[in-house]
Amino acid sequence: MTDRTEWPLWEVFIRGQHGISHRHVGSLHAPDAEKAVRNARDVYTRRNEGVSIWVVEARHIAASSPSDKGPLYEPARSKVYRHPTFFDIPDEAGHM
Amino acid sequence: MYAQMVQSTGKGVKSRAEMTEDERRFQDRVDAGEKIEPKDWMPEGYRRTLIRQIGQHAHSEIVGQLPEGNWITRAPTLERKAILLAKVQDEAGHGLYLYCAAETLGVSRDELTEDLLSGRMKYSSIFNYPTLTWADMGAVGWLVDGAAIMNQVPLQRTSYGPYSRAMIRICKEESFHQRQGYDIMLKMARGTPAQKRMAQDALNRFWYPSLMMFGPSDADSVHSAQSMAWKIKINTNDELRQKFVDQTVPQAEFLGLTVPDPDLKWNEERGHYDFSEPDWSEFFAVIAGEGPCNAERMAARRKAWDDGAWVREGLMAHAEKKRAAKVAAE
Amino acid sequence: MDENAALFEFLLRMGDNTLILGHRVSEWCGHAPVLEEDIALANTALDLIGQTQMWLGLAGEIEGQGRSADDLAFLRDAWDFRNLLLVEQPNGDFGQTMMRQFLFDAWHLPMLTMLAVGGHERIAEIAAKAAKEAAYHLDRSADLVIGLGDGTEESHARMQAALDLLWPYMAEPFEADEVDAAMTEAGVAPDPGTMRGAFMEKVGAVMDAATLTVPERRFAQTGGKSGVRHSEHLGHILTQMQWLQRAYPGAAW
Repeated sequence: MTDRTEWPLWEVFIRGQHGISHRHVGSLHAPDAEKAVRNARDVYTRRNEGVSIWVVEARHIAASSPSDKGPLYEPARSKVYRHPTFFDIPDEAGHM
Repeated sequence: MYAQMVQSTGKGVKSRAEMTEDERRFQDRVDAGEKIEPKDWMPEGYRRTLIRQIGQHAHSEIVGQLPEGNWITRAPTLERKAILLAKVQDEAGHGLYLYCAAETLGVSRDELTEDLLSGRMKYSSIFNYPTLTWADMGAVGWLVDGAAIMNQVPLQRTSYGPYSRAMIRICKEESFHQRQGYDIMLKMARGTPAQKRMAQDALNRFWYPSLMMFGPSDADSVHSAQSMAWKIKINTNDELRQKFVDQTVPQAEFLGLTVPDPDLKWNEERGHYDFSEPDWSEFFAVIAGEGPCNAERMAARRKAWDDGAWVREGLMAHAEKKRAAKVAAE
Repeated sequence: MDENAALFEFLLRMGDNTLILGHRVSEWCGHAPVLEEDIALANTALDLIGQTQMWLGLAGEIEGQGRSADDLAFLRDAWDFRNLLLVEQPNGDFGQTMMRQFLFDAWHLPMLTMLAVGGHERIAEIAAKAAKEAAYHLDRSADLVIGLGDGTEESHARMQAALDLLWPYMAEPFEADEVDAAMTEAGVAPDPGTMRGAFMEKVGAVMDAATLTVPERRFAQTGGKSGVRHSEHLGHILTQMQWLQRAYPGAAW
């Protein structure tokens, strides 16, 4: 009795405020892209969370595989100077 | 809780010596507080226990719409109607987030739904109790959501990434649920004698079922020990129940209502309230399908699912026609 | 007709439409065909309840008898309600609910759009806010009517049956009486009859896309917005909706 017509799964990305990037907020089911956008509006912006919505069918997302983790991310991890907390600024210098 | 008596592997926690290399590496990651993500290696027992737990939690949210939904069309003011509707809608949303989290483990929402409707999967015992007066909307928000939050706040730290993220979103949204319930209770407790009577009656009926939400003592449960080692369960049932009682009793006193437990008293030495255990035989009967509303709840869910089949199929068929037309045009 | 009395009647019509339709749509909560639709229907109902608070709140102010929006919603009997017969019709299946929603939205949005540029400042403000919500409702309901009309054989048959059932109620919104005449004269609201053309155009376009046939004109069911003859359904809606206020008079909730 399994329903053969289960709607595809979509991943939802929302831009919370003008000027910032879209961020993954969750997923939902919808029969097509237009309805996925509308469902995303109804499901994920119930509290005024968004100004722009992207949806993409989950099966179209290409992802890095967990075993790549080392080669993909470790080079960045050693470049700690990219992060502001790397630099020790005396309090007297004021907010930076 | 929303997920009660979830069975894990049943074999107890393996010692490090018994673990395979993969299992050891996995356990190290969990112990170090790292999140496990969908594509990461995980023990089969971890995956299956999580599906059962997240699925049961999701089902509880969906079935949990029904007892409160029962009063949406009878809410006494426009504002109360809007608040209650928004709250029950949130529960649908929370069910949706949790089903999506479960789907990352390789099970579909439809499969989970079939498992609920066939009785293979359970939902929280609490939703098999009837909501008989408007004060029950207060009691459900105050006690049931209050008990749920006790469990859900620590679960934000659970080891499985998608589950943890769903819980963070849910906890953020639920912060108003318990407060709206208590607000209803306050209004009733300070209202007319009839309203006060309703409030006391609601507390009488929902007190023990709320204590049951945490499940029976699991101090000796092998399932719980395994789940705690995997960080998909954070506290024991007794810890959470005690915390709930300690928090709730002063709130009841503030309302001027009496907790229906003659043996309830503050224990100076323990620094906690002593309280009576609920009737666990009733709990097991409710879990087995013999609660006051089990039949209605399942019938309502089955009807929604069956009656909705033509809608789901119709919209899918239309989407396929559009896709085909687009391909033909290209 | 005294302009203030006409204004009060007109506001009841706007507010009772959203009150009764919001009530009907809220009945779906927990019972919809799929979770995403359950959530979307609740959003529609919440918008309608919010609009009700504004319309009936203003109605109470205009009346000047100290009645609040809640007093008007919970303490009038059926004959004092001024909603269209369409909105008190039962939900039926999901298709019937969406068809009712579409037919309402296709009238409601242009009406609100006109009110928003009308001569009554308070009404224009409420209408401008409500129009944004109604535009979204219309998008959704039109798209669902199209998707289900042009879906499977079964969904098509159900949508055609829903249209046939509800079409006789679609003359009422465009009939004018002395309340409408007073509003038109005061520059507050459009003459209802002038809105029929645009409505028929929208309905025609959506039904074409949905492969549904608008029925031949049949006997028009009216009596809701005048309050002269509601359907039997309204009394049952009020029995539920007003129960607590009636059973415990004077209690605060």
